Amino acid sequence: MKHLRSIEEIGTDGVLRLLDLTDTMVEVNRRPNPRVPALRGKTVCNLFFEDSTRTRLSFETAAKRLSADVMTFTVGTSSVNKGESLRDTIETVAAMGVDAFVVRHGSSGVPWQVSRWTTASIVNGGDGWHGHPTQALLDAYTVRTALGRTGGLDGLRVAIVGDIRHSRVARSNVEVFTALGADVTLVAPATLLPPAPPAPTTADLDEVIEKVDVLYLLRMQQERMQEALVPSLREYSARFGLTAQRAHRLPEHALVMHPGPMNRGVEILVDPAELPGAVITQQVTNGVAVRMAVLFELLGAGRDVPTESTP
Amino acid sequence: MLIRGGRVLDQAGERRLDVLLDGGRIAAVGTDFDADDLDVEDPDADVKVLDAGGCVVSPGFVDLHAHLREPGREDAETIETGCRAAVLGGYTAVVAMPNTEPAQDERGVVEFVRRQGERAGLCEVLPAGCITIGRAGETLAPFFELVAAGVRIFTDDGNGVQDPLLMRRAMEYSLGLDMVLAQHCEVARLTHGAVMHEGRCCSELGLPGWPALAEELMVHRDLELARLTGASLHLLHLSTVGSVDLVRRAKSDGVAVTAEAAPHHFCLTDEQLRGYDAVFKVNPPLRTGDDVAAIKTGLADGTIDAIATDHAPHTSADKERPIDEAPPGMLGLETALGVALAELELPLVDIIGLLSWKPAAIAGVADRHGTNVEPGNPANLVVFDPAATWSVRPGMLASRSRNTPYVGRQLRGKVRHTIFQGVPVVVDSTVLSGANGRIRSFAEDRT
Repeated sequence: MKHLRSIEEIGTDGVLRLLDLTDTMVEVNRRPNPRVPALRGKTVCNLFFEDSTRTRLSFETAAKRLSADVMTFTVGTSSVNKGESLRDTIETVAAMGVDAFVVRHGSSGVPWQVSRWTTASIVNGGDGWHGHPTQALLDAYTVRTALGRTGGLDGLRVAIVGDIRHSRVARSNVEVFTALGADVTLVAPATLLPPAPPAPTTADLDEVIEKVDVLYLLRMQQERMQEALVPSLREYSARFGLTAQRAHRLPEHALVMHPGPMNRGVEILVDPAELPGAVITQQVTNGVAVRMAVLFELLGAGRDVPTESTP
Repeated sequence: MLIRGGRVLDQAGERRLDVLLDGGRIAAVGTDFDADDLDVEDPDADVKVLDAGGCVVSPGFVDLHAHLREPGREDAETIETGCRAAVLGGYTAVVAMPNTEPAQDERGVVEFVRRQGERAGLCEVLPAGCITIGRAGETLAPFFELVAAGVRIFTDDGNGVQDPLLMRRAMEYSLGLDMVLAQHCEVARLTHGAVMHEGRCCSELGLPGWPALAEELMVHRDLELARLTGASLHLLHLSTVGSVDLVRRAKSDGVAVTAEAAPHHFCLTDEQLRGYDAVFKVNPPLRTGDDVAAIKTGLADGTIDAIATDHAPHTSADKERPIDEAPPGMLGLETALGVALAELELPLVDIIGLLSWKPAAIAGVADRHGTNVEPGNPANLVVFDPAATWSVRPGMLASRSRNTPYVGRQLRGKVRHTIFQGVPVVVDSTVLSGANGRIRSFAEDRT
């Protein structure tokens, strides 16, 4: 595997390989000293053109636990607009000797552009509305472990609720869950769906809530109100929020997930700590292991992960 | 000068003829000229005989839609480099779109553009004028003054005129002036932030969509305004099934409308955007296979009158920005013939008509471009090999920019020679530099 720019480009086999590799990384992370020399001598550059503290910290932690050198470059898109071009930035940083770029950008497709200007591996850390494949992998891993599954997720019923249209998380999650055999339903008003939705849709959360194995809530952003996509946050909560009443109607085994950061009182109106099926913290924990698996898969050719903690 | 051994193809049909040029005009046609005995007094002619063996000799092409970027963005194109691209594509006249900086909304800028064209001396540059001052969609530009300066086509291209009342006024005020209003059909409120065609592909790529409806609503509005006012309307770069249907119906009702389509809209689809290469970002956007088929049908049945390039040079730096920030547009002048011959299953004479005499009539230059290859007519001609296949390399293009969407694609039909005002400006697919300064001013011609 050279790049991870989308779930599509690695296919079902690639997804399964990364999920299995994540098991190994979870084991590493449980050690008293969760650090292995697997990527010693490799350099990973986190190139964040859009602010995202949690994703950046997760990638930094993952790279460090594999003993890679880490550079982090955080730039506001506006400052790049005023000065150096994207291409010049990439070529300059690449000239310092980088084995993998983790790219986060507010515009869809930037990881593909970057891969035309460097020979380094590219990991998509989130691009525009398009994709966030490591988030999708960590979500799939979280579901797989929480439900005690191995292999795929055949027949699993997943409902993704909220602003699908503008969501990189939704796009990648549909790809990963579908690749693993799950049945995905998108729950949103048509204003928040892409013109050609990638999965069956409904605008009625109450119709599906009793029939899901996974309820995936997306973050509802304030600025959508100004575009008349929904009348108000209050209206959104009433129609699509996870209220206490709806939480009671969830099947007992159902998982509740959220990519964070949560808007409490908007898409989630109950305390997740009181939801037995909530696995939101596990998502974050698994994020580090999944990103370790990704970096190792891309950069660790011919190497292995030591089975014991190194001093 | 003698053009020897070609197949002449024009509105009079096809015949094997040699063509003798003298003094900027066609002196004679026949089959029995002997080059050595020619007694042509033309001190400028370095080339006495042009070989047209295996080639078609036809009236030169007329592009209704080119962005030459001067004044304002000479880093992307100049009128001279744009004209070099044009003559390599077989064009002898090019309409220069008015979205320059400053815009072509007053006499001074229009005259500057025309003069720069004359200075380049390769083909006739026909400046278009703006419909509204600064293309801002608020105040009408001085149509009478601009028509007096030789402007025929008026457009805010790049922007559609959003305000229906202002467009109605523009049409009413245009009556009695020798001009045509050319609309860029796009309801901007429906395309805010759009990068590509709205459909399955944009949904998968996570890019904001440009719905076909945004074009069709304005096509419909302006067809009805033209019906109401009786003004002459030209619709730029049609790209959708619905637009072609609307124009077909309006024409059958007798509305005074003409329409053009760009080569990329009958050749490429939105699938090209999958690699997130902004070279394929264009406005209106590349659409679906159904739309491509509808454009081809429209070209075949006369609904669409002309092939127009929408040649839109942009620097590599601009095209390498993130795709939502990169400017729309692609090169077209040097590849239009090759795309048309490769993609359109039409008789050759029809394709030439779409590139030559039909746009010449819309641009108001049918007295000197697109005229038949007959004695006494102006010698604005193209000689091309309709069977030659070639593939595009960006470095070989004469345009100052490199944003061609046809890299690696096989095109069919290659321009061998272009003759402007009786002077060969392209010989053996190479621009002759000696043409500069030798071309008579059209301003002089008009007086």
